[in-house]
Amino acid sequence: MRIYADNAATTKMSKKAVEAMMPYITDIYGNPSSLYSEGQRAKEAIENARETVARCIGASPKEIYFTSGGSESDNQAILTAAANGKKEGKIKIITDAIEHHAVLHTLRKLEKEGFEVVYLPVGAGGIVDADEVEKAIDDRTFLVTVMYANNEIGTIQPIRRIGGICINKKVVFHTDAVQAVGHIPVSVVDDNIDMMSASAHKFHGPKGVGFLYVKKGIRLHNLIEGGAQERGKRAGTENVPGIVACAAALEESVSNMSLHAEKLTSLRDRLMRGLNEIPHSALNGDPVQRLPSNANFCFEGIEGESLLLLLDDKGISASSGSACTSGSLDPSHVLLAIGRPHDVAHGSLRLTLGNDATEEQVDYIIESVKEVVSYLRGFSPVWRDLCAGKSKFLL
Amino acid sequence: MALYSEKVMDHFRNPRNVGIIEDADGVGEVGNARCGDIMKVYLKIEDDIITDVKFETFGCGSAIASSSMATELIKGKPVSEAMRLTNKAVAEALDGLPDYKMHCSVLAEEAIRGALEDYYNKHPEKKKGGIA
Ligand SMILES: Cc1ncc(COP(=O)(O)O)c(C=O)c1O
Ligand SMILES: [Zn+2]
Repeated sequence: MRIYADNAATTKMSKKAVEAMMPYITDIYGNPSSLYSEGQRAKEAIENARETVARCIGASPKEIYFTSGGSESDNQAILTAAANGKKEGKIKIITDAIEHHAVLHTLRKLEKEGFEVVYLPVGAGGIVDADEVEKAIDDRTFLVTVMYANNEIGTIQPIRRIGGICINKKVVFHTDAVQAVGHIPVSVVDDNIDMMSASAHKFHGPKGVGFLYVKKGIRLHNLIEGGAQERGKRAGTENVPGIVACAAALEESVSNMSLHAEKLTSLRDRLMRGLNEIPHSALNGDPVQRLPSNANFCFEGIEGESLLLLLDDKGISASSGSACTSGSLDPSHVLLAIGRPHDVAHGSLRLTLGNDATEEQVDYIIESVKEVVSYLRGFSPVWRDLCAGKSKFLL
Repeated sequence: MALYSEKVMDHFRNPRNVGIIEDADGVGEVGNARCGDIMKVYLKIEDDIITDVKFETFGCGSAIASSSMATELIKGKPVSEAMRLTNKAVAEALDGLPDYKMHCSVLAEEAIRGALEDYYNKHPEKKKGGIA
């Protein structure tokens, strides 16, 4: 038996999404830019998908641009805002310390070009303080970018409040909603969002496709120049099967959202209660204001990669913010930002449940993690020193 | 392709020589929890032969496998030979490690060398220019 508990990394495509894309792989293969009927049927499919996606997030179809996914959407949104801001003589961007690298690395590039970026800290709960956002905005600021929900610790940010502040202060508000869309209610109107990134493979659609919402009135700049696809804002023959499946997956996710969220929240709480019983462990991120599927823990005295490999042997797929899983020397910037010391951040475990998870599976995960953590602690020199009182327990 | 070779996974899943030696003749500890891997090696040495070796490791799969393999490579060997153990030899014995994991095998080499130096410090009479 295998239990896939890494749904924040990617999800299994839904049956409906697969079925929706099939005709566009087999029969309706025309180029949407062509005038003959095969092409026009493909074009129509894209426009229907655009309407569906727009409806799911409370936007109008003209505000949706299909892209290759979350990273591209983040890049295009931020670089667009920067180009527009520069024209107005503004140079400052407000963000936070726990953004995805698609946002952080784009901002780093802008810093090199002379833009000023403020990385707001997050509290121990991993939540951005909207008041701090308000204070950080000055008359040189043109953009606030804060993610809807964090991909590692699952914390949900006060998007509506931040969006409201941005309206008052007349700055553009972008949110990376890759982990939120399809999982928790998102409305670009109610949430005061100007630009929003989403990715299909996080809500049971295919990989390599997503979209960017851009509010009417914002001038969007291209990342990719060429043909006139996506109203001239994103060149390249459209990924028709991907776009169709993206819309089908989103529609399905949104219609089942409350059902799944309720079930997942109760399973997640069961999982968190179980893992909390492990001595010298701690939940990462706010216990309540978090995605329904996300449980993220640090276990003192062990390292995350070996934990993952042994869980894999037990049939469980999970992930970690340890340095050794990523190939860098530093553990996850998110765990460091919520105040976990390096020593502890290496021993992290992220479990993100799928809609089909069961209580039995959750109990099996709890039992397996307990077993593996105590096995690894059994020959950890760090754990020995902690138990011998030679160093102090941090958790 | 799997991240690790079968050999690495074997030593990771069934690490050899795990534990501590209470009355060790030499103990070496390297790494720190900050960088993510820590190894501690204990040696029992009689007549310049490593008669027993144990380790404890906090670290990734490759750190645990490297500790296990490195201790296997020096067990029963003369001190002078153990002193010449390189991280390359450890990695080769494991049928290779991913590039970004080579530092884990370096730690194994350093932990063993540290334990041997500890032994020489405690027994300066044994040190006939033995350290390379
Ligand atoms: C918060 C967040 N932003 C952006 C991305 C990138 O999305 P994609 O893989 O579609 O480029 C991810 C996915 O890992 C994510 O979790
Ligand atoms: Zn390592």
